[in-house]
Amino acid sequence: MAELKVTAIREGTVIDHIPAGKGLKVIEILRLNRPNGGVLLLASNVHSGKLGRKDIVKIEGKFLSEEEVNKIALIAPTATVNIVRDYKVAEKFKVEVPGEITGILRCANPNCVSNHEYTVSKFYVVSREPLKVRCHYCERTMEEEEILGNL
Amino acid sequence: MDWKGRDVISVRDFSKEDIEFVLNVAERLETELNEKGALDYAKGKILATLFFEPSTRTRLSFESAMHRLGGSVIGFSSAASTSVKKGESLADTIKTVEQYSDVIVLRHPMEGAARLAAEVADIPVINAGDGSNQHPTQTLLDLYTIKRAFGRIDGLTIGLLGDLKYGRTVHSLAEALAFYDVELYLISPELLRMPKHIIEELREKGVRIHETTDLEGTIPKLDVLYVTRIQRERFPDEQEYLKVKGSYQVNCAVLKRAREGLRIMHPLPRVDEIHPEVDKTSHALYFRQVFSGVPVRMALLGLTLGVLEGV
Repeated sequence: MAELKVTAIREGTVIDHIPAGKGLKVIEILRLNRPNGGVLLLASNVHSGKLGRKDIVKIEGKFLSEEEVNKIALIAPTATVNIVRDYKVAEKFKVEVPGEITGILRCANPNCVSNHEYTVSKFYVVSREPLKVRCHYCERTMEEEEILGNL
Repeated sequence: MDWKGRDVISVRDFSKEDIEFVLNVAERLETELNEKGALDYAKGKILATLFFEPSTRTRLSFESAMHRLGGSVIGFSSAASTSVKKGESLADTIKTVEQYSDVIVLRHPMEGAARLAAEVADIPVINAGDGSNQHPTQTLLDLYTIKRAFGRIDGLTIGLLGDLKYGRTVHSLAEALAFYDVELYLISPELLRMPKHIIEELREKGVRIHETTDLEGTIPKLDVLYVTRIQRERFPDEQEYLKVKGSYQVNCAVLKRAREGLRIMHPLPRVDEIHPEVDKTSHALYFRQVFSGVPVRMALLGLTLGVLEGV
């Protein structure tokens, strides 16, 4: 019944099973808080059988790109994405942290060449839990906090 | 093993077989060099040495290696005299220089510069140091020196002393030693401990590691003591440097407790961390270590150029 606490959407995306407290970060990195965006709903601290507490983000009129799904995976690896069409869930999938993260993350090392020359950033996932990635260029390992700060 | 056209960027790119292969080729080249004086495997080939920051030792070692292989060298030893000063990107510099040469050796202050250069260039790129990240040819020559001195690497107890936080030579060497059955003592001031992620990685690979601040208590256990300079230029904060400056000095008094066979290495230059009185003892291996750079770099140049099939 938790889903009834926020309005159902007709067309769009529901990002469910976001760890409690990370919903705002999801909104921030997907840049959903811009004034010209569609209807955006956030349910925070909702009871969850799997997670105890979870956040849910509903976005009307928006379908996520692969890059956006990968970004969510870095912040909220437990999240599920529901594509809603005509008030019904047309597609549902779990986000997954990819082995390589290309283009969506900036290296936290200020002396990394990727922050100075034209490159497409690339990171290898060293560990999924806790999340750790290694920069393809400078080889420095970034942990969760740095990753979140550089998305 | 096909090395023609291969880039040499990071110790992480190597397997144990790669390392052993390079060390064996270097040994054969050293023998041949001793017999013939000069070789001509790279005759007609040009090495470009692009040194965006000063490093006389590494640059001269590469140049000597190329000359001893019969090839020739072009390049610069400071970015100040190049188009970089006009704002040229590293990628454009590399694309330009590869038109003039067959192999590029790059030293650059930014971490990852060599990886980027290798992606841009069609000719092999050899990393001669990228910021505080990697210096793979130093690591190979360090391993070569140990192997020549002891006839093996497996079974040795090795101490890494000094700046283990910022020192890229010890980071790379430790990673490479993880391929071998060694016991490592990491000896440093608290402020300059080996980064946690490197220690975790080494432990995961099964290396027996001990962290300590006590040089005198550790020295009796060691076969190799690898000393590094506390590098003022790597410290973001001068105050932090002053706290640890001169923390350790290896001198004859300290060495009284050492095994007879202890060999001392240092990537050089040294400041005051090894007293000159040590130079004349049988422990000193650091000048031999400098020499090792030539056959190892000859091997890497020759292999990446694809001219050493007959060796």
